[in-house]
Amino acid sequence: MSTSTETEVAADASPRRRPQAPRSGGFGNWLSQFDRKVTPYIYVSPFFLLFGLIGLFPLAYTFYVSMYDWDLLKGKGDFVGFDNFTNMLSNEMFWNSIGNTIAIFLMSSVPQILVALILAAILDQNLRAKSFWRMGVLLPYVVAPVAVALIFSSVFNEADGLANNLLNMVGIADQEWKHTDWQSWFAIATMVNWRWTGYNALILLAAMQAVPRDQYESAAIDGAGWLRRFVSITIPSIRPTVIFVIITSTIGGLQIFAEPRLFDVSNAGGIGGSDRQFQTTVLFLWEMAFFRRDFGRAAAVAWLLFLLILIFGVVNFMLSRSIASSGAGNRASRRAAKKKKYAPKEVVK
Amino acid sequence: MTSTAPLVKRKRRRGMGIDRSPGFLTYGLLGAFVLGNAYPLWWSFVVGSGTNATRGESFPLIPGGNFISNMGKVLDAIPFWKALVNSLIVSGTITVSVVFFSTLAGYAFAKLRFKGRDGLMLFVVATMAVPTQLGIIPLFMLMRDFGWTGKLGAVIVPMLVTAFGVFFMRQYLVDVIPDELIEAARVDGANQFRTFINVAIPAARPAMAILALFTFMMAWTDFLWPMIVLNAQNPTIQTALANLQSGYYIDYSIVLTGAVMATIPLLILFVVAGRQLIAGIMQGAVKG
Repeated sequence: MSTSTETEVAADASPRRRPQAPRSGGFGNWLSQFDRKVTPYIYVSPFFLLFGLIGLFPLAYTFYVSMYDWDLLKGKGDFVGFDNFTNMLSNEMFWNSIGNTIAIFLMSSVPQILVALILAAILDQNLRAKSFWRMGVLLPYVVAPVAVALIFSSVFNEADGLANNLLNMVGIADQEWKHTDWQSWFAIATMVNWRWTGYNALILLAAMQAVPRDQYESAAIDGAGWLRRFVSITIPSIRPTVIFVIITSTIGGLQIFAEPRLFDVSNAGGIGGSDRQFQTTVLFLWEMAFFRRDFGRAAAVAWLLFLLILIFGVVNFMLSRSIASSGAGNRASRRAAKKKKYAPKEVVK
Repeated sequence: MTSTAPLVKRKRRRGMGIDRSPGFLTYGLLGAFVLGNAYPLWWSFVVGSGTNATRGESFPLIPGGNFISNMGKVLDAIPFWKALVNSLIVSGTITVSVVFFSTLAGYAFAKLRFKGRDGLMLFVVATMAVPTQLGIIPLFMLMRDFGWTGKLGAVIVPMLVTAFGVFFMRQYLVDVIPDELIEAARVDGANQFRTFINVAIPAARPAMAILALFTFMMAWTDFLWPMIVLNAQNPTIQTALANLQSGYYIDYSIVLTGAVMATIPLLILFVVAGRQLIAGIMQGAVKG
């Protein structure tokens, strides 16, 4: 802005406190009042309208559907109350899908966050060609989940896939990646890990860069080694970001779909394995709704999954908070907070 | 490594406060990780361009000459070009819409005063935790009633504005536009919309670019919903690719060729805008 406008603002400051617009007069005044008061609501309304239509309404309506016998083609049938819920809760396939989802989720998120932390610590050094390394780490993120699923479905092909070829090279026999529980969970977790580890490493790297360097220096002077500094300074300082990463990977991980859907299409028609070894809950929901055409029960599954995600989110939040705040790092982090040396960006939250 | 004792003073820029440049071990580890990270994609290309024998190799590194002929087989099996155009239409429309409406709402939340603003903003943030994917059943019924199943509109409309976008723009604009600037525009007689166009949009441009990038990626890679509402004749690139695998006997060199073909547009995007992508991820982290 030019200086002339700035002085104008300064000179104008006190009169503008009054609700009157500078140029007053019947219609024009009303119009500018209207513009001031109503326009903000018009600006934010598209989000709320659309969210109501595609977020809130479907969620509520899903509950309504879950109260009925409801067929994909025939439509609404009898009111059955919570029968769909009790039916699903006593259904073996439902629990199988929950077990698979949680197993895959744990096998992907735990190693992923650990590796991402290490990667971030490595990247948080005075490297040459920073952009190159960061891009190298992020590369798999640009491969869409469908393509990831196709690539790793071939990698874990039992007859002549890369995984078994490599294992044979070191003298290990072929594994049945698509037929046994653990192997298939491992394969699907690998897809998730491949795509997301670098992404999460960059998020953690950003948080690490905001840690004031002089903390490390004084710790180093006190004789703390690399590992000690990492555990006592880095981890407590980036705690909010770690929690953020854990929660987003929970919400995403419990909804995993494309990978199990496409992992072994030829043998099982894409419902998660010939024996549902790797059928996740969203995949089960999809099978219920569009294979078995039972919208009522599928809706019940959707709600149960929603509750599960909610519970997991809260448990995760509390766990990661207590883990990060207990232990030796606590004092260091509080000292850091007292110093208030955070970059201004971080205060925004 | 080269610098030792005399440079103790130059600690500031070093990672973890260690007063030496990262050594061979660091670069070695990182290099190994990056190569391993890239290999599955490279392997797909090698197998996609090789012969049947390539698949049996333990660790193939050199691509063969069959990529073009395998591409031909992919084009015979699925309507690849149509899917590509569809994906461009879908992702492009969603991107333009999300960026515009998010900037509009984000600007209002960041800079305009109105009753209930903070409560509404809290609501926006809360909705980010709601997995809207779980509403697919009523959403499908809705689209069927509209007669939109099989049409691109069914994929576009549900994603026209996102909570993440609103939140992202709000966080950016709250710092970037000084309140005096908006006041000044108002004093000059600009109405709200002109202030938005002339003051907010120019200031928001960098964040808009980043939001556009992420929205495009999200729309481009979406699978569950397009698979439900679209059919094989009118697919997006993801649903077309998934269909490539649906035959009973699958020649996986063809499948991998398709996967590589579908990844090329995003690889180009990555080369062109990789830095912005990284900046966006890292900014979102600090602010989120």
